[in-house]
Amino acid sequence: MSSGTISFEPDDRYHAFLTVCGHAPHRSGKLSGIAVAVKDNISTRGIETTCASKILMGYVPPYDARVVELLKNSGAAIAGKTNMDEFGMGTTTENSAFGPTLNPCDTGCVPGGSSGGSAAAIAGGMVQMALGTDTGGSIRCPAAFCGIVGLKPSYGRVSRYGLIAYANSLEQIGPLGKTVSDVSTLMEVIAGYDRHDSTSHNKPYTHTPGADIKGLKIGIPQEYFGAGVDPAVAAVVKSAIGKLEEIGATAVPCSIPSMEYALAAYYVICTCEASSNLARFDGVRYGPAADTKKSWHDAYKEVRAAGFGTEVRRRIMLGTFALSSGYYGKYYAKAQVARENVRKDFARIFSEVDVIAGPTMPTVAFRLGEKSDPLSMYLADILTVPANLAGIPSISVPCGRAGGMPVGLQIMGRQFEDERVIDVAYAYEQAVT
Amino acid sequence: MVTEKDVHHIAELADVGISPGELGPFTHQFNAILEYFDILDRVQGDAAVPRDLCNIMRGDEVEPSLPQDEVLRNAAAQEEGFIRAPRVM
Repeated sequence: MSSGTISFEPDDRYHAFLTVCGHAPHRSGKLSGIAVAVKDNISTRGIETTCASKILMGYVPPYDARVVELLKNSGAAIAGKTNMDEFGMGTTTENSAFGPTLNPCDTGCVPGGSSGGSAAAIAGGMVQMALGTDTGGSIRCPAAFCGIVGLKPSYGRVSRYGLIAYANSLEQIGPLGKTVSDVSTLMEVIAGYDRHDSTSHNKPYTHTPGADIKGLKIGIPQEYFGAGVDPAVAAVVKSAIGKLEEIGATAVPCSIPSMEYALAAYYVICTCEASSNLARFDGVRYGPAADTKKSWHDAYKEVRAAGFGTEVRRRIMLGTFALSSGYYGKYYAKAQVARENVRKDFARIFSEVDVIAGPTMPTVAFRLGEKSDPLSMYLADILTVPANLAGIPSISVPCGRAGGMPVGLQIMGRQFEDERVIDVAYAYEQAVT
Repeated sequence: MVTEKDVHHIAELADVGISPGELGPFTHQFNAILEYFDILDRVQGDAAVPRDLCNIMRGDEVEPSLPQDEVLRNAAAQEEGFIRAPRVM
């Protein structure tokens, strides 16, 4: 297909989109004319980008994120901007300032988060593929809850230039798709070196998924099947691992003792980074106008109290507290040690196995409004945050249902071995379809 | 344990504002989360050391940048090509 314009008029009954580009231009290329949805925390030149926050209402970026530039170069049509938890802070997409996204598998349930709009746009049949971001599970969780595929790439493999930052040391932009092949195709477009991202590595991705996993060793961490994990979910995932064994893999029990501290470490680090990153939203350069007649602190506080939602303010405050004088050693410094211990555990296990597998989420999708207590919401991220702390690639692939709702099989690999986790997911997908 | 006074102080430091009605629930939730964070007191091990990392800076050379009018377009208050901000002093 040569360059042109596509009409994109989805029946968005799930509120997957915050902005729909009804007439989306595209160039010619590998993805010529394919509609791709982009999470609303990724900058798109000329298209409003809000991070699902009132504080960025009306903000129209003057430049494209590197991944958007690459999408356009590949011929993709930017179909719209998808709903999310405000600034990526959440596990359900209920923290959007513009209302929640519904799960296409059951509209009484959340789609997961924070890239819930991207996942629902795919699961609802509106687009074939989408971009999300994953700071502590925000691609894999909605992929699992909506029954689609989502990859958190290795840290450094995809440029973060133009991603509106929440927690720089943890987050990556990544692909979501209906199938593993879709995810692989989109990964090929977005991966690669970018001098505008100082954490970027020169590791392009040019890979065609292969389903041969004979001789592959899969680590099965006991912590991924222990307390807090719904036994029905654990059973579905165990049966999926059995399928991988049938086609030539060997399952090896293992343990990640540092998991005990991983979630606390993750929440200390991400809130500390958020408190710094979100200081830029002052109503001066973008966003709702600060009252320039007032003093700085009064004007700044007024804009932020009105513009940020409850969870965003909670995380900024937690980070401010954890970094404050007298508490730095107790929280931030200890969290960094815990993070190093998670890395060491993965390094030890990966010296003996090729990938690690377990459930993506401890449960299936929650009912809308089911979780109102912040701590119990945070605990839902326990199985996804270790990959972000260690910077390793991790994919979620649908592996059946529990209580009628989709379950995700999570496959983690060594840093920069994104190809391998994609192959394992592909092998599983091919074996069951 | 943090008190409502502490939470009010943190909200002031972070410039996010807090209403009287929010103080109670915020303090309660804060304490539950901080109590969970206490697990980090038991972490053993050496401090993280960065490896294979170096600071990556480009040369200090002028490169093409975005046009001034495009950059200013998102600012609510402008004056003669500058962005108007509340007074700091």
